[in-house]
Amino acid sequence: MIAAHLPALQVVIPLIAAPVCLLLHHSGLVWGFAPLVSWSTLGIAAALLDQVLASGTISYAMGNWAAPWGIEYRIDVLNGFVLLIVAGIGAVVMPFARTSVRREIPADRISLFYTAYLLCLAGLLGITITGDAFNLFVFLEISSLSSYILISLGKDRRALTAAYRYLVMGTIGATFILIGVGLLYMMTGTLNMADLANRIPPVADTRTVRAAFAFLTVGTGLKLALFPLHLWLPNAYAYAPSVVTAFLAATATKVAVYILLRFFFTVFGATMIFESLPFGEILMALAVLGILAASSVAIIQNDVKRLLAYSSVAQIGYMVLGISFASVTGLTAGIVHLFNHAMTKGGLFLVMGCLVFRAGSARISDLEGIGKQMPWTMAAFVVGGLSLIGIPLTVGFISKWYLILAAIEQGWWPVAAVVLIGSLLAVIYIWRVIEVAYFRPWPRDRAPVAEAPLDMLIPTWTLIGLTIYFGLHTSLTVGVASQAAESLLGATP
Amino acid sequence: MSILGLYNYWIVILLMMTGFYITISRTNLVKQMVGLFMFQTSVFILYISMSKVEGGTAPIIAEGLTLYSNPLPHVLILTAIVVGVATSALGLALVVRIQEAYGTVEEDEILDQDEEP
Repeated sequence: MIAAHLPALQVVIPLIAAPVCLLLHHSGLVWGFAPLVSWSTLGIAAALLDQVLASGTISYAMGNWAAPWGIEYRIDVLNGFVLLIVAGIGAVVMPFARTSVRREIPADRISLFYTAYLLCLAGLLGITITGDAFNLFVFLEISSLSSYILISLGKDRRALTAAYRYLVMGTIGATFILIGVGLLYMMTGTLNMADLANRIPPVADTRTVRAAFAFLTVGTGLKLALFPLHLWLPNAYAYAPSVVTAFLAATATKVAVYILLRFFFTVFGATMIFESLPFGEILMALAVLGILAASSVAIIQNDVKRLLAYSSVAQIGYMVLGISFASVTGLTAGIVHLFNHAMTKGGLFLVMGCLVFRAGSARISDLEGIGKQMPWTMAAFVVGGLSLIGIPLTVGFISKWYLILAAIEQGWWPVAAVVLIGSLLAVIYIWRVIEVAYFRPWPRDRAPVAEAPLDMLIPTWTLIGLTIYFGLHTSLTVGVASQAAESLLGATP
Repeated sequence: MSILGLYNYWIVILLMMTGFYITISRTNLVKQMVGLFMFQTSVFILYISMSKVEGGTAPIIAEGLTLYSNPLPHVLILTAIVVGVATSALGLALVVRIQEAYGTVEEDEILDQDEEP
């Protein structure tokens, strides 16, 4: 009975829990309640993915209104996988939040933090699960509005300007998506994605559909922080509270990648985008520029959170690069990297949370000699950094391996070289931090700091541990990703 | 259809670009928000005007009426308006907080203040 309604519960539980958090106000109770909700969404996501892998695509008619008139929730391998990533990161980050949030957010705003977090989670899960283009816009705005709030909770006053800038850019992006959806509705008279996919091909050559495609791509590009639309991202990640950075870096941009995949391959179809329009090459050029430019800028950052934020822009470049090949290997690489980067960057930003908690700053100059003071935390940073570079035995290697395979498969040798250069640049920026942390002495006039508390270390090491686990056991991630890639490409007529 | 026959789209484009230009060219944060509202509102008009069926009436079942305008975009836009109101409220609230923290709502002055330390 309940099992049949899992798709609805996936979104409804966090959505209803959010106002409850506000009512619970007493932060002790809220702390117990929010993780419980977060873990239940993870359980549901796991059950859904299991069901999809066992018996194929699930279609759920919201409120029993049949598609294409009603809102359909449609779960296939791809969004089942993304749901698991989003809910999983949320579940790991929550226990970390308790101690970290107490330090970084004023006591009277803590329940507001949990409310905004649950709304954001509901929005992100909603975007992923829905099969309706307009519903996607609504959930996108739910998640965006709550993420602006989350970012503005940062201690530094620059968090406010960062949140404001993100709000302006994000609203422009979301409105572009709204225009795109409207133009598609104008041409086809439907909002259901599966129905759109059937009705677009006869009108695919009209200027309206192409304009819709352009608006949707630019709008999603803004949310995705696709180079050169990434300007909101570094400040937003650098000044947001640590937990928020870890959560958003690992989920928000990944969900935007999912939107891109869904619109490109399910709604418009690969033939229109990659054969009649030269869009693969454009996307590839942007991805390559993004990887090189963002990695280079990351090298000269003095704040480690900003450094990792720029590295995120570069990593998004890798995912988009995988998509731009429009081949099964390329898409597999993109989707696997989506998962792998969520683990790696989520873990690294949690490390930053630990460092900020004890050392009080994320500036490279304040981290001198911290390796001896907080050995477990810095060891996690080293492992995460290695994964970011793409050393074998970590997940980063798996995604880069498939990416290079995909590039060589289509004869794009220079692009394969770019992936390697990107890794070399990553070596430089990760080494800068490691060098300062391990090879400089702890300043004499500074009081020694303790290792991060256990309830922060465990979530951090959970994510970092997973980067090694999935670096060794690739069957789940690569298997699911290649299945998703095949269904995306197979769905096109 | 002639160019004039599509006048609703011309109005939409004019409003949209005016709003967009205000958002990117002004340094005053409140004015930027006003530009953003205009930009959003123009999209509402795009949706509502496209649902009009020539000669159609309001979508109410009554005798003698067979041609109706499409009501769905109206409903969609009702949702989008709510989203727009929430965005405006949040955006302006952030501007208030910025005013409290920096003592100004001019973007260039805020940037100057951030560079000093």
